[in-house]
Amino acid sequence: MTSLFRFHGGVHPPEHKAESNATPIRPAPVPPLLHIALGQSVGNAAQPCVSVGDTVPAGACLGRAEGRISVAVHAPVAGVVRAIAPHPFAHPSGLSVPTLTLEPNGSTATVDPQPLAWQSADPRSVLAHLRDQGVVGLGGAVFPTHLKLGGTGLDTLVVNGAECEPYLTCDDRLMRERAQDIVTGILIAAGLTHARRILVGIEDNKPEALAAMQHAASGSGIDVVAIPTLYPSGGAKQLIRILTGIEVPAGTRSSDLGVQCFNVATLYTLAQALHQGLPVTRRIVTLTGAVAEPGNVEALIGSPIGWLLNTAHAGYCTEYGVIVGGPMMGFTLPDLNAGLTKACNGLIAKSPTLFPPRPPALPCIRCGDCARVCPAELQPMDLFWLAKARQFDRAQAQHLFDCIECGACSYVCPSQIPLVDYYRFAKGELWAADRDKKAADRARQRHLFREHRQARDKAEKAARFAAARPAAVPLASAGGSAEQPPTPTSSDAAKQAAIAAAMARAAAKTTPPSAASAAVEPPPIPSPDEAKRAAIAAAMARAAAKTAPPSAVPAAVEPPPIPSPDEAKRAAIAAAMARAAAKTAAAAVASPPESPTP
Amino acid sequence: MSTLGVALALMAGLAVLLGAGLGFASVIFRVEGDPLADKIDALLPQTQCGQCGYPGCRPYANAIASGQADINQCPPGGEDGIRKLADLLGVEPKPFAEGAPQPQAKTVALIEEADCIGCTLCIQACPVDAILGASKQMHTILTRECTGCALCIAPCPVDCIRMVPPPVTPDTWKPRYPVIPLVMK
Repeated sequence: MTSLFRFHGGVHPPEHKAESNATPIRPAPVPPLLHIALGQSVGNAAQPCVSVGDTVPAGACLGRAEGRISVAVHAPVAGVVRAIAPHPFAHPSGLSVPTLTLEPNGSTATVDPQPLAWQSADPRSVLAHLRDQGVVGLGGAVFPTHLKLGGTGLDTLVVNGAECEPYLTCDDRLMRERAQDIVTGILIAAGLTHARRILVGIEDNKPEALAAMQHAASGSGIDVVAIPTLYPSGGAKQLIRILTGIEVPAGTRSSDLGVQCFNVATLYTLAQALHQGLPVTRRIVTLTGAVAEPGNVEALIGSPIGWLLNTAHAGYCTEYGVIVGGPMMGFTLPDLNAGLTKACNGLIAKSPTLFPPRPPALPCIRCGDCARVCPAELQPMDLFWLAKARQFDRAQAQHLFDCIECGACSYVCPSQIPLVDYYRFAKGELWAADRDKKAADRARQRHLFREHRQARDKAEKAARFAAARPAAVPLASAGGSAEQPPTPTSSDAAKQAAIAAAMARAAAKTTPPSAASAAVEPPPIPSPDEAKRAAIAAAMARAAAKTAPPSAVPAAVEPPPIPSPDEAKRAAIAAAMARAAAKTAAAAVASPPESPTP
Repeated sequence: MSTLGVALALMAGLAVLLGAGLGFASVIFRVEGDPLADKIDALLPQTQCGQCGYPGCRPYANAIASGQADINQCPPGGEDGIRKLADLLGVEPKPFAEGAPQPQAKTVALIEEADCIGCTLCIQACPVDAILGASKQMHTILTRECTGCALCIAPCPVDCIRMVPPPVTPDTWKPRYPVIPLVMK
């Protein structure tokens, strides 16, 4: 018997599991259209490998994995690809992402299953197979499973059958009905990671699932453990703490400590992918809340969520919204046309009786209830203050990123403050700042490289010129040529400068005084190429004249814009400067022969 | 007398020794470049837009480090950028000057590709090489690399470049500040 440990805090929200866990899993019907998002995992979206109009059999690969953190996506049924375009995604933002729309055509064409004898195969090919079959973590994080199975020398494999979220029963039903397949998956994962010990944690409010798993696992060396029901014991770090006593420190992965955690549904699909050779094209989803027939369905990935809920209750009331995930950690779906993703473990139809609107938030009274229930041992009230005051770096110093957004603090808050919403807001701002910082570093690099490239090109040009000149003017001595700039260059630069000056003068004439004075003044770029700069200044002056704000127009329309002596003088100065610069540039061009450039 | 002589010799010897040590240290541990300007440059947003009056972020950082420029001249950095510079330099934050460019929401350039004539003028103006194209070929912006400096707008002879808000994806989406609706009774 394994001795159990406790994590800090935790709450006991009403379970509401009895509504949906009494009936067996039923297969969901095939919808008229499937909206399969190409990004079904953490990391990069899959790269589509079919085109619009293609007819594909069931199980066909629709998108290949792109990059390291990515998995493939597949067709759940045979059909015709109708579109590859942005479509609303099951995400709190409600934004559209590249989505493949498949119209089922009723055909029974199926891709031949590709099972893999994983015991004898090269471990790398097993992992590639899992990637190509689209196996991801189905607990909600959708992290590609093949990346978690890569390391060897694992001490403990923790299997997550806790399902602590209220309302959700998909893992419960899966363990009751398909325990044998889950055990197969557990043994494969243990074999791939060479785990020494296997622990399955199931909350004691699921006695049937516990019994089924214990029966299926008997004699296999798997330890199926009943853990006390306490939200959020299904969090990976919390479950590892309960079963092994190991506390995963901030900023560390559990795999660094020799522990890896997998959800039961993930291991079920793992067994399907390797034994049956079936890609992940469907998942068990709990349909519950304000519906007539709550229960679990095995739904096709990409089924429109609103349509799927309708199969549990014809004409259910959509006006109150639908929660994707559980009531504690899930989100209200902005668009019911979004397709089911691999992350959706439950769909809960809201109603005012089940989910009364949250009363208006009152001020924080610093009662400390949130700190007592926080499973990450944070100080939620301090994080709330810091997020509200937008002191994000201080919130980060107080370990904001250790927050797992379980919602226990919001649940117990007597002032009804939506605490997790504040943490999500603060995290979003910090991530955005981090992205901006990275973008700035990239921009700095690109700018430096551009300057380097321009200098290099110029030096190369000068070297080429110097190499070509002796052939053209064989009689000129080296000393003479250095003192006397070559005629073509000087005349060229002079011509350019004259053109620039003329253009600048013309611009000064047609531009309202304020714009002209601003534009003609040369920008303080310390580049030796002054002639070019004069040309740019002239172009900018032209553009400024073109896009002069309407307010400036009347000023330009009244008295004919006789070039005021001031502006003429300024243009002349600019032109003179350009000419002088051209001369120095020509001298610079002439000097390089002394120091040959590589 | 000899005590005084010994003391003087000792002090003189020490002075020579320590002076030599300092001299060597200044040569061996010499700091290349300007570390303060590096730190300032790291805080600047690297848009290279020139709104500060300097031709890029590094020249502005140098100007701040040498005391020639004030810390409130970088609109893309915003109030937050001023605060960070003030923290670094140990001075009081100050608002943007009246009449100077004010901070605006970040934008990125977008080329109306149908109107582009392939003149390459915008490519030459882009300080971070974020425009892809070739002579007489359509150009396009690498949105991920665009800093929103708007320097490509002026050279375009056909006015086919506009500044638009950067595209938002679920990965770059930011949750809003929690808003509690007012309940009218």
